Amino acid sequence: MTERSELEQALARVLGPSGPELSCDECFAKLDRYVELEVAGADADAAVPGFRAHLEGCPACREEHESLLELVRGEPS
Amino acid sequence: MGASKSSGGTAVAASTLDPESQRWLRELRSGGETQTAAVASLHALLLRAARFEVARRRATLPHLRGGDFDDIALEAADDALVSVLARLDDFRGASRFTTWVYKFAILEAAVKLRRRAWQGREIPLEPETWSLFATEGATPGEEVERTELLAAVQDGIATALTPHQRRVLVALAVNGVPIDVLADRLGKNRGALYKTLHDARRKLRGHLAASGLTLTVEEGR
Repeated sequence: MTERSELEQALARVLGPSGPELSCDECFAKLDRYVELEVAGADADAAVPGFRAHLEGCPACREEHESLLELVRGEPS
Repeated sequence: MGASKSSGGTAVAASTLDPESQRWLRELRSGGETQTAAVASLHALLLRAARFEVARRRATLPHLRGGDFDDIALEAADDALVSVLARLDDFRGASRFTTWVYKFAILEAAVKLRRRAWQGREIPLEPETWSLFATEGATPGEEVERTELLAAVQDGIATALTPHQRRVLVALAVNGVPIDVLADRLGKNRGALYKTLHDARRKLRGHLAASGLTLTVEEGR
C-alpha cells in the first residue's frame, strides 16, 4: 500500500471512492461472505463488487470489517 | 442503528448449508431443552465476539473502567442475540453460521463503543480542520496546486451541496464524527446518512470536474 500524504487522505475522506459502491446495509449483508473469501485466499473483490469501495468510503464499516477479519482469522478452520 | 440492519435474503434449503451451520439452525429452532442450550451457546459465542471487539478498541476509551467494558460487551451480546434470533431465516449459508453471527456482535459492540467515545461531546459541523492539512510539507509548486484544489473543494462544499448534505459531509468526512453518532444526533439511521454522504461526494466530484480539476487521489486498500 502506498503511503498517502495528509492531503490525499483528507481528500479521500471528503471525496470518497470514485467507483460504484455498496450501501452500508448491503455491506453488512455481505460482510461474512467477503471475510471468509479473504481468509480462504479467494478473490473477494471479484466475488463481491463494490464492497472494497464502500470500505474506502465508510470508516465504520471498515472498522467492523477489520474486526471480523481478525476474529475469523484467529479461529480454527 | 445496530440491530436495525437487515441481513437480507430469504431462508435457504438446509441441504446447502455446512453440517455445523445446519446443527446450529436445527437446535435453535428445536424447542425445549435443546433450544435453550443452543441459545446459551449462541450467547456465549456472541459474548466472545463482543469482548474481542471491545478489547480491540479499549485504548481509544481511556476514561472507561474495566467494568464498563464488561458491561458494554454483555449488552452488545444481548442485543446481538435478539438480532440473530430474529433473523435466522435470513441466514443464507454464504459463510459459516458462526462467522455470520459474529458480525452482529461486532456491529453492536462497535456502535456502543463509538457512542460512548462521543458521549457528551459536541459534534463539529463546520470545516474547522481544513487549515491543518492545507499546505504542510508541500513544495512551492505543490502548494499552489493544493491551494487551488482545496479552494475548489471548499467552494464546492459551500455552494454545490444542500445544507443537510453539507452538515453531513463536514461532520463525517472532515471532522471525523462516527456515522452512528451523527445518526443518533440527527435522528437518522446509518444507511440514510451514508446515502446523503454518497450524494454529497458525487456532487462535489462533479463540481471539481466542472472546474476543470483532475482528481489524483489514489484509491487505497
